[in-house]
Amino acid sequence: MSKTRIGDQVGPYFGEYGGRFVPEPLIAALDQLDQVYSKARHDPEFLKELDMLHREYTGRPSVLTEATKFAAAVGDCRVFLKREDLNHTGSHKINNVMGQALLTKRMGKKRIIAETGAGQHGVASATAAAYFGLECVVYMGEVDTERQALNVARMRLLGAEVVAVRTGTRTLKDAINEAMRDWVANVDTTHYLLGTVAGPHPFPTMVRDFHSIIGKESKQQMLEATGRLPDAVIACVGGGSNAIGIFHEFFDDDVKLIGYEAAGDGIDTPMHSATISKGTPGVLHGARSYMLQDEDGQTSDSHSISAGLDYPGVGPEHAWLKDLGRAEYRGITDKQAMDAMALLSKTEGIIPAIETAHALAGIEQLAKEMPGANILVNLSGRGDKDMETAARYFELTGVNRTVGDE
Amino acid sequence: MSKVSELLNQDKSTLIGYFPAGYPTIDESVEACLEMIKGGVEILELGIPYSDPIMDGPVIQKATEVARANGFRLRDSFEVIRRLREQTEVPILVMSYWNPILRIGLREFAEELKTAGANGLITPDLIPDEAKDWIEISEELGLDRVFLIAPSSSDVRIKRNAEASRGFVYTVSTMGITGERGELDALARDTVARLREVSNTPTAVGVGISTGTQVREVNEYANAAIVGTAFIRAYAEGGLTGLIEKTQELAKGLQLQSD
Repeated sequence: MSKTRIGDQVGPYFGEYGGRFVPEPLIAALDQLDQVYSKARHDPEFLKELDMLHREYTGRPSVLTEATKFAAAVGDCRVFLKREDLNHTGSHKINNVMGQALLTKRMGKKRIIAETGAGQHGVASATAAAYFGLECVVYMGEVDTERQALNVARMRLLGAEVVAVRTGTRTLKDAINEAMRDWVANVDTTHYLLGTVAGPHPFPTMVRDFHSIIGKESKQQMLEATGRLPDAVIACVGGGSNAIGIFHEFFDDDVKLIGYEAAGDGIDTPMHSATISKGTPGVLHGARSYMLQDEDGQTSDSHSISAGLDYPGVGPEHAWLKDLGRAEYRGITDKQAMDAMALLSKTEGIIPAIETAHALAGIEQLAKEMPGANILVNLSGRGDKDMETAARYFELTGVNRTVGDE
Repeated sequence: MSKVSELLNQDKSTLIGYFPAGYPTIDESVEACLEMIKGGVEILELGIPYSDPIMDGPVIQKATEVARANGFRLRDSFEVIRRLREQTEVPILVMSYWNPILRIGLREFAEELKTAGANGLITPDLIPDEAKDWIEISEELGLDRVFLIAPSSSDVRIKRNAEASRGFVYTVSTMGITGERGELDALARDTVARLREVSNTPTAVGVGISTGTQVREVNEYANAAIVGTAFIRAYAEGGLTGLIEKTQELAKGLQLQSD
């Protein structure tokens, strides 16, 4: 009897999670997307075009960097960074965006909309829109437009319209609500370029597939660098796209998979975004998955110093992996993440995004549990966009000292 | 037999009115709903305030935020229904996004709904494809279940959603979220015509209807018109008096047709 491979699972359902909990007006567009994508994923023409974009525009394959000094500082382990921060636009987000932009063209649509938290997905979407000549509107919670002002400017320079969302908690969750409302009204002409592995089918499967190149490349690179598979593969988890991207290729291997969620002020305080660790199953943004909610089923406010992880939902495949016991999910506080950000910067000369720093912060504990382990980390994004937050947090505004006359 | 579909199958125009439970307070929402009924609303669509209402425009979002800020809790919905039921016979359909229902538990929610005196549920983010449990439980309890059809729905889906509905099927008039619109899309008329080809299920048209003239127009080709945002705006701007005036204006759309 052949064993079912976890890696072969496709939507609409991942166990009891996933599905399509959206208003009827959107179903036709989801069906169309599903059909176009189902054809494209096996179409050599499409795959060739995507591959060319990866190589000649995004800069793939992204390199693998062994972080020896960082590893020495945190414990008994080897740490390998999959450098998605070196992609064009500075994060893994471009992988999914280029794929969906190609599909947008195939569907004959001329306008894309996107939600963004940290602004990474918004910047990637605005970039693809500029490249492919599409109109682009990015919805961003007002709170996030303030803490990620640099990315707002980047999107606007690229020609996108950035809309600050003032409803609800004014963060990523509400940006998604607003993007869905736009999509309901403009579905004939518009593709919703969803940026994570959440949302209604086919988004969780499709976005995962577009990011699975991260795991495919890094598996090969780990074999070349060390002659074997890594002992653990780790990534930060907000909606869960970079984590699924690097995990997917390892689902059916004997490799530990750990996702690090934002524990904010602490996983036992109300101020966190640890959806899988502390949430319960429910329906949010079109899919059944874990979510943060109160006893009335109202979505709870999430909190994280990182705008990209500040989301009370998570992709349905992660919920399934958790229940299967195939992946483990842990919380990292704001402080732990910021310390890890500083440590990687000082030891390796690599400034990671605050999101990414959540994964790095987990390594110290992991090295204690698995002495001598080879740990593969998805270095999902670079930290340029976080300089304002970091400057405030570490009190870096101004210079160390001054020379010369006044 | 559904009381709602019986009512809608009569040869007359019907106005369905939406109002959020607990807006601005529980007492005031009961009072407002009773005035709407007194003024000519024959089926009440009672909205349950929810944190992420993706089908709703700014007016309804704001109203439900106010209700929640004033302390509305999910189980207060049953209290609102009970109090309305003590004073009126009109059918009450609860409009709720799916997650709050799942959180209480579908069976418990459905049973409490029935006990309180509601007739069924309108589910904006639940399609029949995902509704196996709800279809079973509503059949068992004799509750109406209203699914949506939209201009973008295929003929196959229009038929499936209509057949899966009990009471009526909700025709979304236009591609968009709730709110007032100057002109109703010809799309609504087309969608209802496509429905008529494949199903006898009664239908009410909603989204964007805000005037007596639009109520009359819609009743020319559908079984009822659904108005929400216009009631809430009238109440927000003019209090109970404003609401009563708006109800009278909308109800004129019913009389005009029977002339």
